[in-house]
Amino acid sequence: MSLRLTLLAAAAAMALAAPARAQTEIQWWHAMGGQLGEALNALAEGFNKSQTEFKVNAVYKGTYTETMTGAIAAFRARQQPHMVQVFEVGTATMMAAKGAIKPVHELMAEAKEPFNPKDYLGAVAGYYSTPDGKLLSFPFNSSTPVFYWNKSAFQKAGLDPEKPPRTWPEVAEAAKKVLASGAAQCGFSTQWQTWIMIENFGAWHNVPFATKGNGFGGMDIELRIADPLRVKHIQQMADWQKDKIFVYGGREGRSNAKFTTGECAMFLGSSGSAGGFEQAMKEVKFGIAMMPFWPDAAGAPQNSIIGGATLWVMAGKPAAEYRGVAKFLTYLSSPAVQAKWHQETGYVPITYSSAELSKQQGFYAKNPGRDVAVAQLTNKAPTENSKGLRIGNFVQIRDVMDEELELVWSGKKTAQQALDEAQKRGNELLRNFERANK
Amino acid sequence: MVERRPILTFFAHATLILGVVMVALPVYVTLIASTHDQARMLQAPVPLLPGDHFLENLVTVLITGLGASQAAPPVGMMLLNSLVMAVTIATGKIAISILSAYAIVYFRFPLRMTFFWMIFITLMLPVEVRILPTFKVVADLGMLNSYAGLTVPLIASATATFLFRQFFLTVPDELLEAARIDGAGPMRFFVDILLPLSRTSIAALFVIQFIYGWNQYLWPLVITTDESFYTIVMGIARMVNVVDAAARWNQVMLAALLAMVPPVIVVVVMQRQFVKGLVETEK
Amino acid sequence: MIKRVAFDHAWLPYVLVAPQLAITIAFFFWPAGQALFQSVLIEDAFGLSSKFVWFENFERVFGDPNYLNAAGVTAVFASCVTVASLSIGLLFAVMADRVVRARHAYQTFLIWPYAVAPAVAGVLWGFLFNPTVGIISWILKQSGYNWNYLLDGDQAMFLIVLASVWNRVPYNFLFFLAGLQSIPKSLIEAAAIDGAGPGRRFWTIVFPLLSPTAFFLMVVTIIYTFFETFSVVHAVTGGGPGKATEILVFKVYSDSFRALDLGGSAAQSVVLMAIVVSLTVVQFRYIERRVHY
Repeated sequence: MSLRLTLLAAAAAMALAAPARAQTEIQWWHAMGGQLGEALNALAEGFNKSQTEFKVNAVYKGTYTETMTGAIAAFRARQQPHMVQVFEVGTATMMAAKGAIKPVHELMAEAKEPFNPKDYLGAVAGYYSTPDGKLLSFPFNSSTPVFYWNKSAFQKAGLDPEKPPRTWPEVAEAAKKVLASGAAQCGFSTQWQTWIMIENFGAWHNVPFATKGNGFGGMDIELRIADPLRVKHIQQMADWQKDKIFVYGGREGRSNAKFTTGECAMFLGSSGSAGGFEQAMKEVKFGIAMMPFWPDAAGAPQNSIIGGATLWVMAGKPAAEYRGVAKFLTYLSSPAVQAKWHQETGYVPITYSSAELSKQQGFYAKNPGRDVAVAQLTNKAPTENSKGLRIGNFVQIRDVMDEELELVWSGKKTAQQALDEAQKRGNELLRNFERANK
Repeated sequence: MVERRPILTFFAHATLILGVVMVALPVYVTLIASTHDQARMLQAPVPLLPGDHFLENLVTVLITGLGASQAAPPVGMMLLNSLVMAVTIATGKIAISILSAYAIVYFRFPLRMTFFWMIFITLMLPVEVRILPTFKVVADLGMLNSYAGLTVPLIASATATFLFRQFFLTVPDELLEAARIDGAGPMRFFVDILLPLSRTSIAALFVIQFIYGWNQYLWPLVITTDESFYTIVMGIARMVNVVDAAARWNQVMLAALLAMVPPVIVVVVMQRQFVKGLVETEK
Repeated sequence: MIKRVAFDHAWLPYVLVAPQLAITIAFFFWPAGQALFQSVLIEDAFGLSSKFVWFENFERVFGDPNYLNAAGVTAVFASCVTVASLSIGLLFAVMADRVVRARHAYQTFLIWPYAVAPAVAGVLWGFLFNPTVGIISWILKQSGYNWNYLLDGDQAMFLIVLASVWNRVPYNFLFFLAGLQSIPKSLIEAAAIDGAGPGRRFWTIVFPLLSPTAFFLMVVTIIYTFFETFSVVHAVTGGGPGKATEILVFKVYSDSFRALDLGGSAAQSVVLMAIVVSLTVVQFRYIERRVHY
């Protein structure tokens, strides 16, 4: 009798507790350290406060590669998170894993969440959509390379600090003046050399990176990076090294200090670096402009492509939880949230409405240059060569290009030799990928 | 020494002082870096004299920086997790290894050599190389996000067993004979005689394994998703890994310094036993 | 191998080895077996499709010029670190053995880098030599030397060797010092009476007596350079520039973690396992011999 009573009491207690029942938890794995991680946590908290049904749990899982591999290991052990942040070079791998992911367009349709793909910037959404325009992953932090110049150095060199060079010959001219006047010890440097000088260089000059629309049309593709225009550009940069017009500062973001310390007067870097540069350079003023181009190339400037990461929704979770994921994505794309994320971090606003909102809020008037990224991405309607890249084994292919470029910078190879070799090695990697994913 | 040679003695001191300076140099620069603000750290060359931002950085690192948003665990908790992990791994390894070494050295039983080799070939295979399959095992056992998951898989290493075995082989056989004459059984002998004799070996191993456990990075990162299990080394990685912004060297260096303190204290304080234990075992 | 006097007991020894055996099987043999299995498959990262390919992954690994390059880099790296950390450790030990009074203080100040994680050691030295803000590269630049380890492979190699040696000298120093102190003073005194100078005494008496310690340290250091230096490379150079500092264990890691080539990376870890096992067997045989005599 007493046991039954206890059970009844327990049942009653549970019934009473029902209104405050445990929230459904949504796991979100990400790779944002430092300040960006704090801004990201604020997004999750904002969502958690906006409703009571779901709780998004943002978990830091290391660098982009560590996060992605962590999610893959978790999937293999059936412990995958609901959402994982994957950098753009992982796109082809995620796409090929059809049974492991849940396309965003499908998720939104099933959860009946309002979703308007037209509001997303074409250059952003196109990168992550199927050829017929269906969004596969949710663009989260996107950036694009822009041109930075140190206004103080320009002034010292007798150049107009408000007039950045627009073309590569103009960059070289400006660099010579800066160097001659002693305003800086180097003309320009670059971050993420493969992303900027190979991948975006192609889009900006409307030349292909790979066949079949840069890989959008299938897996049986070949690289096309050893084209005459790229070879000429890379060789030119190598030649510029002799006079310190160009100085190599390392892979990825390792060259940042070349610009922040004032060693180089000009810099090509991610639009997402602007906030960090402002903090680091304090009173030294710098400007942001569109990337330079070669005036003799037909069609340049076209539009640039993005980098950064998107959120992939992983397969194998109950529908009720997917509803929460969908709600969170809706929250993330709302103009107010997007505009806040964009302004705090320097990443590109992913919807037209949030860009518009930022403008209305007077953000660009106060922070000139922060709208350059969007302007550059939407400079022209994207072509086959400037829609984005969908390359299997892209991480390795980037490593190959990095290695070969470093051989050019250290004078061990000519641009033609290095790009030919990179193309050959890259094609082998593409074949391996094709095989493993059949 | 045998004879007095002032020049040689002077040379010895000079060499050693140079060594001490070389050893200290990177840490000195780290210490200096942690006393400046971020802007100063991005100008070449970095300063060599202390600045006045130490307390400010300390407050940021300890209180606001990592803990500003609720999702980031406080540094104190990460230090505690590191401590739990290091101590558990160290004691766990010592406990299971001393037992198995005892069995292998002091007992005659079938499969003895098989077991010995099974343990022995695991001597040095870092977890980084077998991380994906190990993750799966841990997940299947339901040990993700737990201290057990953080520590137990790393306890599987033969180093300690091997060192205990080497030490036991140097223990005089007469001790065992005497114990037997006194009528002591195997467990009596182990507890009353062998264990006290192994004190210095245990101390030396504790130091080695404590440092090993404390310095783990990739493993805790892969198997934890619950921030209450984060360790301090992961915290540093989180500060260095700023994707598009500039690293805050001043704060990173301070955090590195904080993470370095406990293992250095362990080594320096237990120095005497550590050296003695290692040497005894190796001989 | 076993004591002359040993216990005979029906079940106790099994109980004693059980915990270690259980953990070893669950967390070493099982995953290692999986790696072995993986090494004969070609599989996509998520494990959704896989194909049995016999030894093709091994063929691919050994036919890959990058793998041979990594083996060469590892050989250079391992020999540099081993030679440098052993000779510096020995030098410090001999010097510390000469000074009587301050020996303990020197020992304390020389051993603590042992406690610093290799990854942290890498970060510290990388910061000192950072081509843009590093203090040492600044000094080098002022004196006209063009330091940029992000571009010059030899400089990058120098840097990871330096960080590893810094991290490893304390350990070798301790062992050599202990070895020196166990050499009977009477031997050295006798030689001194015969008129042998310090240098001669070192090479004819001390050094031969230290050679077992040196051999032990050599094997341990080689194993250290094969595996534990992974995090130094990871933190300082990431294997670059080019592939100038890509050591074998780093390649295993980057092929599985960055490149998601599970089959190829599993084949490499099988090769590595074979190397470690043979190294430890060599060492083990050697130690066995010594224990018996």
